[in-house]
Amino acid sequence: MADHWQPGITTSSLRYRSELLQKLRNFFYQRQVIEVDVPVLARSTVTDSNVESIKSQVSGGSGYLQTSPEYFMKRLLAAGCDDIFCLGKAFRDAESGRRHNPEFTILEWYRCGWNEHQLMDEVAELITQLTDLSAQEGLSVTKRSYGECFQSVLGVDPHSAELSSLRQLAVTVGSQSWGQESRANCLDLLFSLAVEPQLSDGLVFIYDYPACQAALAQTHLNTHNQLVSRRFEVFFNKMELANGYMELTDAEQQRQRFGKDCDQRRASNKPELAIDEKLMAALDHGLPPCAGVALGVDRLLMQLQGATSIDQVMAFSWPRC
Amino acid sequence: MANYSTNEFRSGLKLMLDGDPCSILENEFVKPGKGQAFSRVKLRNLKTGRVVEKTFKSGESLEGADVIDMDMQYLYEDGDFWYFMEPDTYEQHQATEQAVGEALKWLSEQDTCVVTLYNGAPLSVVPPNHVELEIVETDPGLRGDTAQGGSKPAKLITGAVVKVPLFLDQGDVVKVDTRTGEYQGRVKE
Repeated sequence: MADHWQPGITTSSLRYRSELLQKLRNFFYQRQVIEVDVPVLARSTVTDSNVESIKSQVSGGSGYLQTSPEYFMKRLLAAGCDDIFCLGKAFRDAESGRRHNPEFTILEWYRCGWNEHQLMDEVAELITQLTDLSAQEGLSVTKRSYGECFQSVLGVDPHSAELSSLRQLAVTVGSQSWGQESRANCLDLLFSLAVEPQLSDGLVFIYDYPACQAALAQTHLNTHNQLVSRRFEVFFNKMELANGYMELTDAEQQRQRFGKDCDQRRASNKPELAIDEKLMAALDHGLPPCAGVALGVDRLLMQLQGATSIDQVMAFSWPRC
Repeated sequence: MANYSTNEFRSGLKLMLDGDPCSILENEFVKPGKGQAFSRVKLRNLKTGRVVEKTFKSGESLEGADVIDMDMQYLYEDGDFWYFMEPDTYEQHQATEQAVGEALKWLSEQDTCVVTLYNGAPLSVVPPNHVELEIVETDPGLRGDTAQGGSKPAKLITGAVVKVPLFLDQGDVVKVDTRTGEYQGRVKE
């Protein structure tokens, strides 16, 4: 691709992108949410076995490009900052495709004293404002629980189903190799391949994710008395756009989850990573009750502009770099 | 054969799937933000021609299929087999009727075809994109009626039936696109 010196984006889309970045900032400035520009390069990184960090050398030691501003933002929250947002870059290795680029623009924000449902409402307000400005007809906004949504398409309760029946479904939808996969992986496959295409257009909020996919979210009992995570995802025209949590503030529980991440990394022969002890110290000190969400800005642009590839909404996607 | 990991998947790659050689048509990277990455792949089964869709975990690998496409000259048929020759080595290969498939109705001796070999034996044959064949059977031509539309079926020397303009006659030679089966023009002798 040596001849690809040109950008992937048209000049008019570049202008649209610039205006969008400004609108996103205005939205938060008007609501007295403070913008923070945290480091993208740090000594530690996430241990999540499904997210790979890009490793670098810094002053003779190792450094990692951050996969999201989450840990730094949580340290700021623990230090007493109130509502904060970050609009910046994040990096994830080995993620490249029509909807993925190893470097991307992320919008992440935290609301202290809010729960995940209040935050979902704010996400809806933000996106509705943006689409109103581009003069579309009213944006449809729906909110559904993961369990209800999954069951309506696949006829199985994702929280109570036996692992064996989830694997069986995954083999049918995916391929033979899913017969030995973990519960979380089977659910991901089924949701991505079978449920997502059935979601309605517009904004769809899916909340109460399975407990095994809690990541950094609290867990609670849903209306059917099942343990679920207080995590939500936002889909815009069937495309995953944002991921949010009622943040886990219990340091001990968080350390256990990070430990499980490390076990999983070892089991799947992925590079071992140390737990971010500065984050842990901040959690030990105390994270205020808060809800947070991270949104892919390039994907938002794709949907607002009807682009079919992420390459069309960023100046230079990885194949052009 | 070598194994190929999902990150090496690209269209045209030939892989073994459930014991059959397949060719990748499309490969899409799918990854939920917090979940396992996977490759959603569309493959064509090279034996049956059927298209299947499979999803593999990222990093998973499949065995490559010993499949190569080679330009070969069609020689003749003996009733049971169709014979093709490698132009460089003069090595001959016999293809079954199943392997020759649809190409059957377009083949003339000396034509250069793309023969797909699987474990060294012809698996499928793609005829030249354009062939020139004589009409052996059609309704009498309406001479002079060259301007206006309208068409009629014509049987070609290889057995194929194509729609041709009304003015053409038995003995005329026509150029046909084998991918669509459409008449392209008359070949002036």
